Amino acid sequence: MSLSPGKSTPTAGWRSRMRAAATSLSQVVLAAGIGLIIGAIMMNATGYDWKEAYQALWLGSFGDIWGIADTLADATPLILTGLGFALSFRAGYFNIGAQGQMIIGALVAVAVGSSLVAPKPLGMIVVILTAAAAGALWSLPASFLRVTRGVHEVITTIMFNWIATYLARYLVFNVMNDPRSAERTVRVLPEVRMGALVAGADATWALFVSVFVALFFYWLLWHSPWGFEMRVAGLNREALRYAGANPTWAVHLTFLLSGVAAGIAGATQIIGRPPTFALYGDLSNLGELGFDGIAVALIGRNHPIGIVFAAIFFGALSTGARMMQIMAGVPLDMIRIVHGVVIIAMAAPETWSILRRYIGSRVPARANAAGASRTER
Amino acid sequence: MLFSSLIINALHAMVPITVTATGEILSERTGLVNIGMEGILLVSAFAAVVGAEAGGPLVGLLVGMLTGALIGLIHGIITIYFRGDQTISGVGINVLGAGLVAFGLVWQWGQAGFHQVPRDVRLPHIATPLGSLSPMVFVAIALALLTYYLINYTNLGLKMKAVGENPAAADAAGVSVERVRLFGAIYAGALAGLAGAYLSIDWLATVTRSLSAGRGFIALATVVFSGLNPLLAIVGGLIFGFFDGLALVVSTSREITRVIPYQFIQMLPYVVTLLVVTGVIGRARFPKASGQPYRRE
Repeated sequence: MSLSPGKSTPTAGWRSRMRAAATSLSQVVLAAGIGLIIGAIMMNATGYDWKEAYQALWLGSFGDIWGIADTLADATPLILTGLGFALSFRAGYFNIGAQGQMIIGALVAVAVGSSLVAPKPLGMIVVILTAAAAGALWSLPASFLRVTRGVHEVITTIMFNWIATYLARYLVFNVMNDPRSAERTVRVLPEVRMGALVAGADATWALFVSVFVALFFYWLLWHSPWGFEMRVAGLNREALRYAGANPTWAVHLTFLLSGVAAGIAGATQIIGRPPTFALYGDLSNLGELGFDGIAVALIGRNHPIGIVFAAIFFGALSTGARMMQIMAGVPLDMIRIVHGVVIIAMAAPETWSILRRYIGSRVPARANAAGASRTER
Repeated sequence: MLFSSLIINALHAMVPITVTATGEILSERTGLVNIGMEGILLVSAFAAVVGAEAGGPLVGLLVGMLTGALIGLIHGIITIYFRGDQTISGVGINVLGAGLVAFGLVWQWGQAGFHQVPRDVRLPHIATPLGSLSPMVFVAIALALLTYYLINYTNLGLKMKAVGENPAAADAAGVSVERVRLFGAIYAGALAGLAGAYLSIDWLATVTRSLSAGRGFIALATVVFSGLNPLLAIVGGLIFGFFDGLALVVSTSREITRVIPYQFIQMLPYVVTLLVVTGVIGRARFPKASGQPYRRE
């Protein structure tokens, strides 16, 4: 993987660590910029006013307190699906099953949240924990197939995503359906619904659940022995074996925790996102959040704290896109194009230095020169 | 009646899987993996309809192929010349493809999510005793045979093998690793583009934002199943095609959907893919340099 986790070794000084952070931040800004520029070119080519569109995007996402609250509400599940992807990526796996794990988590959240009678905070906690467990269970077959049969996780997780989608459609219409409203499930009980942060806006306490999980993942990755094993597994699986650890266990733990994050994302979309508090049959209130998490993780550099900020960026894009559609008439899906371009731009971190080499030797790549002189010393 | 429609549906469902898998097999022989097949299928399905509505079904097929080839070329440039990560680029193509088609549907036809392809721009079918059959069934089989020949019995095939197994040695022997891989990237893109065009202007006769419905990934599973042998891509395509077709036929039958909900029938191709991939893998061997960018020392 070219986005090698942990570019700076633990022994490297703060100076080189700062330099690595600056390089990675500039790559992130560049990729996001390329995404927005290509978006503008696309809008121009298809006859939309890109300036008006981006103005609306900004107004919708950060223009007032409600815009900011909606941005944070959109960021809430993205933090979680991003974390799920990032954790597996750090361990060297491409787990793109967050979509399915999230769907299963949402189904369990509806089932538990609509039937469980419990005092206020306890009920919410039970809903979140059961959804997390369900997401983890839905994630595990992929890691077992990878470990025991060598099947690539990209294939298995996508298949599980589709199976989860059809399972959800069946359950929403036939088992959990609300007799008063055919297109959605029954609503969860008022006791398990999370309160709004700003009256009349979509952001709820679920935001803090996401941030808590991000902090937990940060602790896990860099301050726990399991996290160390996961990161080593991503860098060099053989080394882990020689060190006496069990690589198989690290794989299962990784997939399990990725599933936990995605499962919680499903739960917060049900109990922490007004005004629905139920799951629609077309799964529209889950959207493509599982896949959006990939872009979030890549832009967040697969670091839990970076992911929180990246999720706010993408949350702003999706919130602003609604205003963009209303004010400039640009279809919502424009933003998905930006997503895709950003991911592709993140695929080739060396592009810049290679281009610089082609453009002319009179502009020597400073980063390379600095790196070389340090190794000589 | 049910029997013949099952066979016709299986053959029709085989085409996109076999054609897409065949192209990707050639690409993976050179060590280049593109998991963006799903995105290529979608975008080229859309582009093919735009082309077909302007100049007829054959133009549509051509436009679809060129669109796929272009995306393959971009993936190739990013991963070969800029040493980008093949998996990330592929995922990016999938996300971009979904966005482009959803956006394009609104922009081109002013409809969100669905466009019916007019009858006169669809590919004409051949009448057979079993029912009307798409000529693309024969094209798919011919492409698999052609690719098998190309890989195993030509000079270029030998170069591809060398580049996939040991790029440094191939480079030393005077083979351009970059060019051979770029050929693989474009070939895989073009074939996926043809398969995408087939989805929209032939078999399914619609454009939707989820037209490909995971078939790009089922094709990738078929690549794994085939052990990089294009002849087995025909077999794999038929297995998946049978269940894909079965789902289409059975979900319209009231007697069956009363017993088994149609959502479970629609799950079949994905469950079967999982089962087949689980049962088969282990004996497949992939090129040593698969998935890794080549850099000259």
